[in-house]
Amino acid sequence: MYKFRDDEHVALKDLLFDGMTIMAGGFGLCGIQENLINALFVSGVCDLTVIANNCGVDDVGLGILLRRRQIKKMICSYVGENKIFEQQYLNGELEIEFSPQGTLAERCRAGGAGIAAFYTKTGVGTVIADGKEHKVFDGETYILESALKADLSLVKAWKADLEGNLVYRKTARNFNPVMATAGNVTVAEVEEVVSIGELEPDGIHTPGIYIDRIIEGRSNHKPIEFITTRNFPDP
Amino acid sequence: MPWSRNELAQRAARELQDGFYVNLGIGIPTRVVNYIPKHIDVTLESENGMLGVGPFPYPDQVDADLIDAGKQTITESPKASYFSSVDSFAMIRGGHIDVAILGAMLVSQSGDLANWVIPGKMVRGMGGAMDLVAGVKKVVVLMDHNAKDGSPKFVQTCNLPLTGAGVINLLITTLGVFEFRQQQAELIELAPGVSLQEITDKTEADFVVSTHLISVPY
Repeated sequence: MYKFRDDEHVALKDLLFDGMTIMAGGFGLCGIQENLINALFVSGVCDLTVIANNCGVDDVGLGILLRRRQIKKMICSYVGENKIFEQQYLNGELEIEFSPQGTLAERCRAGGAGIAAFYTKTGVGTVIADGKEHKVFDGETYILESALKADLSLVKAWKADLEGNLVYRKTARNFNPVMATAGNVTVAEVEEVVSIGELEPDGIHTPGIYIDRIIEGRSNHKPIEFITTRNFPDP
Repeated sequence: MPWSRNELAQRAARELQDGFYVNLGIGIPTRVVNYIPKHIDVTLESENGMLGVGPFPYPDQVDADLIDAGKQTITESPKASYFSSVDSFAMIRGGHIDVAILGAMLVSQSGDLANWVIPGKMVRGMGGAMDLVAGVKKVVVLMDHNAKDGSPKFVQTCNLPLTGAGVINLLITTLGVFEFRQQQAELIELAPGVSLQEITDKTEADFVVSTHLISVPY
């Protein structure tokens, strides 16, 4: 199967429909799909349920979809540093399902791995546990959390070969490998596409079986939320 | 004289031991890294998927693909490794991290922690905090003893949604240190020059006083 697509619009065009569920990897602005998210914005697809750890910041990443009110519901763990998000939520315009970060990751893993639900001790005694089944194992209480799947998963990697084998770079990996497994269709945006055989098979992070389409990102701005540095040592 | 925020971080660093794997939360806990004694080897975990966090980069080393859980640019130490969020939280939930140091909005006398939302007013989300307090071997909380308006932050019952119930092992405030055993708080140390009377007056929570209370004049 030929997985490479010419650009982000072509890669997504026939996959989008209003009311769909989309997973997007990334942590803050690190490891996000700049070009694919822009294509979602341009398409105008709306009433989206978005599963992502964060929702970008006001005008960057998934934040651009919020401004255009394309998102109906977010399933996420952290929304700090995003004023539009906080306002839309507090005004009741946006639905949020908070999922603790590790639970969110594991729910995606379960979704991609054929596991319907799992017990975790995260969130016991908090509002996260409300309405969920509780069960005691070895004297400790756990709650039942259900798997997450998506109509479409968007992931960002550093390199891909034409088979869709992916390699991530540093902390831009984060949620991308697990979300790659849980989409009905998964589209990868990468910084560089290489020929089959150029990536070391032992160093592949996401095997190509999970990847349906690949694009090489036209722009890779890679914005940084907080640039923190130390001073050069005195000569 | 209460501890400053840097002194809180300095006091928290004394809880670290050679060989520990440690997760530092956003805010004051980040400063703990400045006070880790040179003779001990501590590995910092960042829950976005890294072990072996190094210092902030020099200006020409800044890398958008290398950030910590506070979304600040960092560097990698020579022993660093990278992994996915799934693996990161397997480490955290699975009890492989020795200490987590977090900030708090409110702490209750039974060791409940609230630090992720003020309903109707402020919403940030729990991020990885609920997983950390559920899975890490020792949970240390750093906070101002009182809010800016003077109201107590160490209370009988948290009136904010919890991050975890009965999860705190050690609470270090600007006025003193409390240890939790069987969900009972015990005052074990006073900040220099702080009297037992002062800390009692400024605390809503019930606590017992250690027979070995550390108290030094300012």
